[in-house]
Amino acid sequence: MNVHHSTNSLETPESRGAQSGVKPVENVIDCDIQELYYGTFKAVRDTRIPIEKNAITAFIGPSGCGKSTVLRCLNRMNDLVRGFRFQGHVLFLGQDIYAPAVDPVEVRRHIGMVFQQPNPFAMSIYKNVAYGLKLNGYKGNRDELVEQALRRAALWDEVKDKLHKSGLSLSGGQQQRLCIARAIATEPAVLLMDEPCSALDPIATRKIEELMLQLKERYSIAIVTHNLQQAGRVADKTGFLYVDTSQGGRTGYLVEFGETERIFKDPQEAHTKEYIRGEFS
Amino acid sequence: MTLVALVPLFSVIFMLVWRGSKQLSLGVFTELPPTAFEEGGGFGNAIVGTLAIVGIAALISVPFGILGAIYLSEADSENRLARSARFAAKVLSGFPSILAGVFAYGAMVIGARVWGWGGFSAIAGGVALSILMLPMILLTAENALHMVPRRMKEASYGMGATSTQTMLNVTLPTALPGILTGIMLAVARAAGETAPLLFTALFSNYWLMSNGKIDLLQPTASLAVLIYNFSSMPFENQIEMSWAAALVLVLLVLFMNLIGQAVSRRSIRA
Ligand SMILES: Nc1ncnc2c1ncn2[C@@H]1O[C@H](COP(=O)(O)OP(=O)(O)O)[C@@H](O)[C@H]1O
Ligand SMILES: [Mg+2]
Repeated sequence: MNVHHSTNSLETPESRGAQSGVKPVENVIDCDIQELYYGTFKAVRDTRIPIEKNAITAFIGPSGCGKSTVLRCLNRMNDLVRGFRFQGHVLFLGQDIYAPAVDPVEVRRHIGMVFQQPNPFAMSIYKNVAYGLKLNGYKGNRDELVEQALRRAALWDEVKDKLHKSGLSLSGGQQQRLCIARAIATEPAVLLMDEPCSALDPIATRKIEELMLQLKERYSIAIVTHNLQQAGRVADKTGFLYVDTSQGGRTGYLVEFGETERIFKDPQEAHTKEYIRGEFS
Repeated sequence: MTLVALVPLFSVIFMLVWRGSKQLSLGVFTELPPTAFEEGGGFGNAIVGTLAIVGIAALISVPFGILGAIYLSEADSENRLARSARFAAKVLSGFPSILAGVFAYGAMVIGARVWGWGGFSAIAGGVALSILMLPMILLTAENALHMVPRRMKEASYGMGATSTQTMLNVTLPTALPGILTGIMLAVARAAGETAPLLFTALFSNYWLMSNGKIDLLQPTASLAVLIYNFSSMPFENQIEMSWAAALVLVLLVLFMNLIGQAVSRRSIRA
């Protein structure tokens, strides 16, 4: 990664290996959420999810169980929410991103995010993709990196003749791929995707799914989806979150985590069984 | 109903064009106002004066308005200072313009004498108009900043932008058309104001100069005050002049609005 960073509070895998001689960690992220609050509301508890390197990890579960909350914990997006409090830790390549010395802005440069609603900026396609390069003060050949990101996002052929048109002029599916291109242009280690297809039609959805399978060769991906079939098609690992309203609370937690096949074919927990049966019938 | 509303509007425009264009010639832009029994003449100094006074007002109110709007839009809902500032701006936007004139008179014409200057001047007029423009610019700019979708700002934060970077690269550019519209409306309103200028810029029959240099610290002519003065005169030529000045003022405001729209349309496409 030849992108300039403003602070050195986060180490790259290479620098860690070089310094300590330990072998590289298999999980890019180890997340252990003991308790997570929005103000006085306890939103999530007891959730440990590893994000494996060069794999797709899916979070599934009913609406409101905290999937987005957990995902947004992984790059400190929740820090933007007033009243957000968090107990536990999130290790990115072995380093706690919630440690006091760590700048959340820096975390987000390594752990990119794609949102539920496509959200390109009101600027040209080119400028959208170059945004992260600009933030990083990247001095090299931006054209090349923009083209590379757009190619990897499977959007290049559709936009190469209109790079200076507004990103908002694209269709929904194209906008979402533009957002993916924007996120990967700075070569993050991890890509977080929060229901990236929920605003898209089935054809655009298929395209993004194919794209994710290509992208996992280079990046590690965590995806939230309410679409079980989608998790089945793309995810290597799946975590099932659930919110137990029977105990009076509305606190979500991780029920079960494992190989996607295993979760779907042979769920161990009653809640998982019930949910998967319900969704497929 | 629409027709009823259109009748007065069109009759005003018709009168304005009909009576105003009679006297309109190149001379009105280059010559000084006529005295009582003089024929011809113009109001070039009033056009320059209006542009100078409104320019000074914009120079004061645009930066403060935009910076204030950024502060208000970033402050959270429990911030007391932000809440009182917003309330003050709302009150101020309904402020009688004559009181803005009285205030600027007190501060700039009389008050500034304490420091050895003061008196009727283009700057005093600009201060008076800026009091009227500031709340308009502040509130429209805040609104425009609020209209920028949250998800666009989140996208920026998600890319690892700081809040300053997000404001400068995403929020402000996206809100720019709305902000410019607010500025243009405020300028258009200020350009037509007469009352605040009566106490502050006063009027002058001469160019905005002394000893061959531009002088913003002397009484300054403006289109609005010229119209006010001349329209109540008994002399035919001066009344004709005030019609022509009214037409020029309206065209000037229209022109500024068109520029504003063109600029904001350009910035959307970029
Ligand atoms: N910004 C927030 N402020 C307060 N409560 C929130 C916020 N975001 C989410 N919540 C609450 O946290 C819980 C989990 O929400 P979320 O993570 O969005 O669920 P999911 O993505 O699984 O549908 C919900 O009860 C929701 O109301
Ligand atoms: Mg969600």
